[in-house]
Amino acid sequence: MHPEKTSHTFEPKVIAFVCTWCTYAGADLAGTSRMQYPSNVRVLKFPCTGRIDPVFILKAFQQGADGVLVSGCHPGDCHYIAGNFHARRRFAVFRKLLEFVGVDLNRLQFSWVSAAEGGKWVEVVTDLTERVRAMGPMTEFKELALEEQWSGVIDTPELKEAFSQI
Amino acid sequence: MSRIGVFICHCGENISRTVDVERVAREVGLLPGVSFSTDYKYMCSDPGQNLLKNAIQEQKLTHIVVAACSPRMHEKTFRKAVEAAGLNPFLCEMANIREHCSWVHENKEEATVKAVEIVGMMVERIKKNRILPGITVPVTKRSLVIGGGIAGIQAALDIADCGHEVILVEREPSIGGHMAQLSETFPTLDCSQCIMTPKMVDVANHPKITLHTFSEVELVEGYIGNFQVTIKKKARSVDEDKCTGCGVCMTKCPQKKIPNKFDQNIGLRTAIYVPFPQAVPNTPVIDRANCTWFKTGKCGVCQKVCGPGAVDFEQEDRLIVEAVGAIVVATGFDLYTIDEKPKGSAIKGYGEFGHGKIPDVIDGMTFERLASASGPTGGKILRPSDGKEPKQIVFIQCIGSRAREKGISYCSKVCCMYTAKHTMLYHHKVHDGQAYVFFMDARTPGKSYDEFWRRSIEEEEAVYIRGMVSRLYQKGDKIVVMGSDIAVGVQVEIEADMVVLATAIQPQKGADTLAQKLGISYDKYHFYSEAHAKLRPVECATAGIYLAGACQGPKDIPETVSQASAAAAKVMTLFSKDQLEREPIVARVREAGCVGCFACKKVCAYGAIEEKEIRDRQGNLIKTVAYVNPGVCAGCGTCQATCPSKCVELDGYTDEQIVAMIEAL
Repeated sequence: MHPEKTSHTFEPKVIAFVCTWCTYAGADLAGTSRMQYPSNVRVLKFPCTGRIDPVFILKAFQQGADGVLVSGCHPGDCHYIAGNFHARRRFAVFRKLLEFVGVDLNRLQFSWVSAAEGGKWVEVVTDLTERVRAMGPMTEFKELALEEQWSGVIDTPELKEAFSQI
Repeated sequence: MSRIGVFICHCGENISRTVDVERVAREVGLLPGVSFSTDYKYMCSDPGQNLLKNAIQEQKLTHIVVAACSPRMHEKTFRKAVEAAGLNPFLCEMANIREHCSWVHENKEEATVKAVEIVGMMVERIKKNRILPGITVPVTKRSLVIGGGIAGIQAALDIADCGHEVILVEREPSIGGHMAQLSETFPTLDCSQCIMTPKMVDVANHPKITLHTFSEVELVEGYIGNFQVTIKKKARSVDEDKCTGCGVCMTKCPQKKIPNKFDQNIGLRTAIYVPFPQAVPNTPVIDRANCTWFKTGKCGVCQKVCGPGAVDFEQEDRLIVEAVGAIVVATGFDLYTIDEKPKGSAIKGYGEFGHGKIPDVIDGMTFERLASASGPTGGKILRPSDGKEPKQIVFIQCIGSRAREKGISYCSKVCCMYTAKHTMLYHHKVHDGQAYVFFMDARTPGKSYDEFWRRSIEEEEAVYIRGMVSRLYQKGDKIVVMGSDIAVGVQVEIEADMVVLATAIQPQKGADTLAQKLGISYDKYHFYSEAHAKLRPVECATAGIYLAGACQGPKDIPETVSQASAAAAKVMTLFSKDQLEREPIVARVREAGCVGCFACKKVCAYGAIEEKEIRDRQGNLIKTVAYVNPGVCAGCGTCQATCPSKCVELDGYTDEQIVAMIEAL
């Protein structure tokens, strides 16, 4: 149950966007069951995954998150009938954008964790943390932030090419 | 400027064992905006809550963060306490440092750092919290019940007995539904009419119930507490107020050979008719498709013989608009169509069993009418083809049910029991007859149900054969039934005089159309979906609409009655207050920015988003924007994430609040 504590040089920041009805309750269950998982994760509660704007994920990466987890009710179990389906579609498209922006998709994890799946929550969080730890810090956005604000003019060959493909 | 108070709970030792609470209080106290922070052993206890209330007053705190257990546990407790101290309850947030921190981590340093960050996030969030006034919605204390079967009758009576007005709408000319068609009911074998008709009369006589028979719901608008329902009263051709129900018109009508749907088309009726003698209301209706007057313009006998002059050939469909606060849907079931494949349906039909082709292959409901004392045969079991008494009768169960390849994979739940009942009724009426039952499983959960089924075998001598029928065909005046007995492993062939098929229960035809009018969801079979399969079994996801009876899934009478009473209780709960109060976590539209694309309307599962016209003083339309009806909105926020111009905001979960939390990292 309790993995051996090892010291790491890099402690990633992981942000979890979860819905209140399933995954938040699942994380609560992990707590009441006294399961152990890495302390790197910070949970943000939403009424429904349908509420989660992809901009929040970008914002999280921008603010220095090394990994982002989005988790809600299993398909068909949404407390709000179909919010998680809307979320699923939205993120299927959003992944493409993220890839285009240059974020490694391994830093982003979508999952369904029900209110009864405390164990799955632990598993998902642990896996993501370890994976991101192995990948090292997320630097892309930090580098961008250091640069001057982009003027909005397409002036590099890569951007021009990408733009012509849209 | 906000004066934030932060309260860190030890939760006995649950939090303080792994989190250095004093350090958290100290570090959080340094955050901008935080003017007071402290820790206490049990925040949720009375002294803890008093500490909170006193601090709000003494320190003039404006926002509160309680770092303790999960908000699912005590958010309400602390919001109440904050409200008692004079603050808006939504200016209090909880930081979960127990379930999400102290209980899941062992390293005190790590846990403490995490706790500080969790509290810090909530501190940043609460700076953006707004005062949310409670939302109240007025409630019209009248209800609509759709469907006049046992479910609708029970719900209507329960609500009306509580003193609230009920409008009961029934599609057929009489209330009573399928239960009025039954002969006897399991597991007590009491006569269905004897227990049903008094209830029907109660409905008719109840001062609080308005009955609209031969009527259908045309249009439903509005939301919980405030529905506007348009009901179409189909032309009966008989004035309900003038008719005394003497029945002379029916005895004189020359058209006497029309199959009666109530008797499953084995009995006959006239063109002006009541479906059955105990009908409520006892007002006839003219079947215009079969009436000589309407076909040729001649006859008019009924009009001539009617003493009160109630027959009115000129009558037209009327629309009535009623304002109601709650709707109970009790549209019931229909039987699986076995002889014809419904158009566009995935359900395949059971032509191979000869229903519709062989006259003596009937369905269970037809058997009910044969066995009913008020039925076309006066309660004698007689073959529809030649009127002879069948000496060998075969019942086949699971026709349609539990056959995925035929399109229905569910169990119809009542067939095992009613087939057992049929074998008993048969044995009581045909003493020298023999009943055989082909069955897959006997499913008899329910009070006294299994005993009843055992009785049909042990006392009433029904022969149960486990296995299905492969084919049946007419041979002379017999029907040869070929099947297998899988318990013994042999082929069985029975020369039967009559075959009764226990056909599956399906939702009423048009259940989907009604659902679309009501804005409620339904499953692939068109059974209506409840809000939660276990914990909210009588409520629809659409607020203010409740379900009763077999429209939600196959049910027997006791279950239907229980669910109807439960639905009535839910309606009465709603009607117990003049104003409906709800949590103000609802979406709001910023009209100035809304471009009227209505992307939000498309994703709203509750139909809460309406189109609102904005006009200038001269009344010229400026633009059409989205409007969220706070009475209907469930607060999921899907609209907000969908809005391309970011003009919908979910109170309590605004972009500002979320971004503030992310930025606090």
